[in-house]
Amino acid sequence: MKTQMPKAADKATINSKYLKVPFLVRARPYFIMAPALLITIGIFYPFVAAIYYSLTNYSFRSETYNFVGLKNWIKMATSPEFWHAILVTGKYALATTGSEMLLGLGIALLLSKNNFFTKILKVVLIFPLMVAPVIATLIWQLMTNNSVGILEKFLNLFGIYNFPWASSAKTALFTATVIDMWVYTPFVIILILAGIQSLPKSPFEAARIDGGSAWFTFKNLTLPMLKPYMYIALIFRLMASLQEFAIIFALTKGGPGDTLMNLSITGYTTGFAFLKFGQSLPYVLTLWLIIYFISRKLVSKWLLVQKTAAGN
Amino acid sequence: MNLKLKRICGASVRNTLLALYAVFALFPIFWMILITFKTDAEMYTTTFIFHPTLHNYEEVLLRTDYFWAFLDNIIVSSLAVVVSVLAGVPAAYALARYKFRGKEDLAFTILSFKFAPEILVILPLFMIYQKLGIFDTYFGLIWVYQLITMPLIIWVVRGYFEDVNIEIEQAAQLDGYPWYSVFLKILLPLIKPGLVAAALLSFIFAWNSFTFPLLLSGFKIETVTVASLKYIASDTVHYGQMAVAATVAVIPEVVLALLIQKHLVRGLSFGAVKG
Repeated sequence: MKTQMPKAADKATINSKYLKVPFLVRARPYFIMAPALLITIGIFYPFVAAIYYSLTNYSFRSETYNFVGLKNWIKMATSPEFWHAILVTGKYALATTGSEMLLGLGIALLLSKNNFFTKILKVVLIFPLMVAPVIATLIWQLMTNNSVGILEKFLNLFGIYNFPWASSAKTALFTATVIDMWVYTPFVIILILAGIQSLPKSPFEAARIDGGSAWFTFKNLTLPMLKPYMYIALIFRLMASLQEFAIIFALTKGGPGDTLMNLSITGYTTGFAFLKFGQSLPYVLTLWLIIYFISRKLVSKWLLVQKTAAGN
Repeated sequence: MNLKLKRICGASVRNTLLALYAVFALFPIFWMILITFKTDAEMYTTTFIFHPTLHNYEEVLLRTDYFWAFLDNIIVSSLAVVVSVLAGVPAAYALARYKFRGKEDLAFTILSFKFAPEILVILPLFMIYQKLGIFDTYFGLIWVYQLITMPLIIWVVRGYFEDVNIEIEQAAQLDGYPWYSVFLKILLPLIKPGLVAAALLSFIFAWNSFTFPLLLSGFKIETVTVASLKYIASDTVHYGQMAVAATVAVIPEVVLALLIQKHLVRGLSFGAVKG
C-alpha cells in the first residue's frame, strides 16, 4: 500500500498543484467523509459486539451473563438444526437465484427486440420489483388461498383440487421460490437488458456475414459479452437470497415444521422466540461468513470476466 | 415465402412467451386491486363480475391504525433518505475526487453493509437500543435505516461525480472559487438528476424494509410492512381488507419507480452497470 502512495499523488487530482500539502488539505477527504462514517460505523459496532456475545450465555431473560467460550459454537455445530438450516439456506438460494437467472436471461433476450409491445413491457414488468417482499407474500396469499384465490379456480380446470402451496412441506419451498421469483426476476431482466443494449454491433454483423448460426452467435458472442452483467445480477441475488428473511417469515415463519428454517430464521427464532441471545449469534455469524467468502470469490471473478469481455 | 413464415412463427412464439411472463408478473397486482373492491360475501361467490364497493378502503384507512402506519413509514423513510443525502453526498464526492489512504477499503466497507445479514445487526442492536432508550423511536429507526440508504447513495452518487469532467472543476478553481463553492454551485446542479433518482430509489428500499422495523420498533411506531402482517396472521381473514393494505403499500412505489426509470439500472446495481 505504502509504495503506491507517491504514485497516486502524481496523478491529476485537485491537490496536485501543491508540492507540500498542508495538513488541513490532506485531511479534507476524511473530514468530508466523517459524518457518513460516524453514522454507519456507529450502527456497525453491533457487529463487533455480536462476536463477543456469541461467546457468552447472554439471554434476554436474565440481567447477568457469563463468558462461556466456544460452548455456543460447539452446541450449534453438533445440533441437527444447524445442518438442516445450512441445507435449507443452500436450497433456497440455489432454487431462487438459479431460476431467476435463467428466466431473467430468457425474458431479457426476448425483450431485446424493439417494438411497441416490448417498449411497454420494459416499463411495466419492473413493478413487482418495487413491491416489498412482505407485501408480495401477502399478494400471493390472495392468489393461492384455497377459498378465494384465483389460482385454486384455475387449477380446478385441470382437475387439481386443494393444492397445498405453503401449508405442505412438499410444496412450501416451491411456493416461496415462486414469490421470490415474482419479486426479483425483473432485477435480473433489467441488468441483462442493459448489457444487451450496450453490445457492440460489428462482431454480430461479422458473424452474420460469415454465416454463423443463431446458436453459435449466442454461445460465442452474446453470452461472453453479457457475462459481466450476469455476474452483477448473480452477486446481488445470491447474497440476498442466502439471507432471505421477509418472504419466509411472512409466508410460514419457517414452517411447516422446520421445512423453511434457514440460517436467518433459525437465528431469529433462537434469539427472539426462545430468548437465547448468545446461542442465536453463531447462526447469523456463520451466515455472514458464508456470504462474505462467496461474495469475495464472485467479485474477483466478476472483475476477471469484465476484463475478458472488454478484451474481446 | 418459407422464410417469411418462419419469421412470423418466431415472432409469435416470442410474443406468446413474453405475454405468459407478463401475466405472471402483472396479474397478481391486477388481482390485488380487483378484490379491494369486493365485499367479503362476494369474495367466495364471484370471480370477475361483482358489485364494486369502497367498504374495504373505509375499514382499513379509517377504522384501523393502518393509516398511521402509512404516515410513520413516510416519516421514517424520508428522514432516513435526507440524513443519507446530507452525509452521503459529500462522502461520495470525497471518494470520487480525492486520493487518500484507505479509500477503497472505506468504500467497500460501506458497501458491505448492504450485504451483511440484517438479523446479525439486529440481534445486538435490539439490546443496545433498549439500553440507550431509542428502541421503538423515530431516531432509532432512522439511524438503522442508514444501513439501507447510505451505501446506495454513496456508491451511486460517487459514479455520477466521476462522470463529471474534472476540468470543469479545475476551471472554476482557477476562477477563484473555494472548493465548497465548486461543490455546491457547479457539481451539485450537474449531478442533480442522478442524485434525485438515487434518493428516490433509496426511499423505496427504506419503505420496503421489514426486518428492522419488525424487531426494533412495533409498539409506538409501526411501518406498513409490519402492520400488513396482521392481515396475514389473523384467523378471521377479511381478504378485501388484506388487499387494501397491500395496495396502499404498493402504489407509492410504483409511482416512484415510473419517475426514476432511466436511472433504475444504475441505482439497482449500485453504479456497477451504467445503463
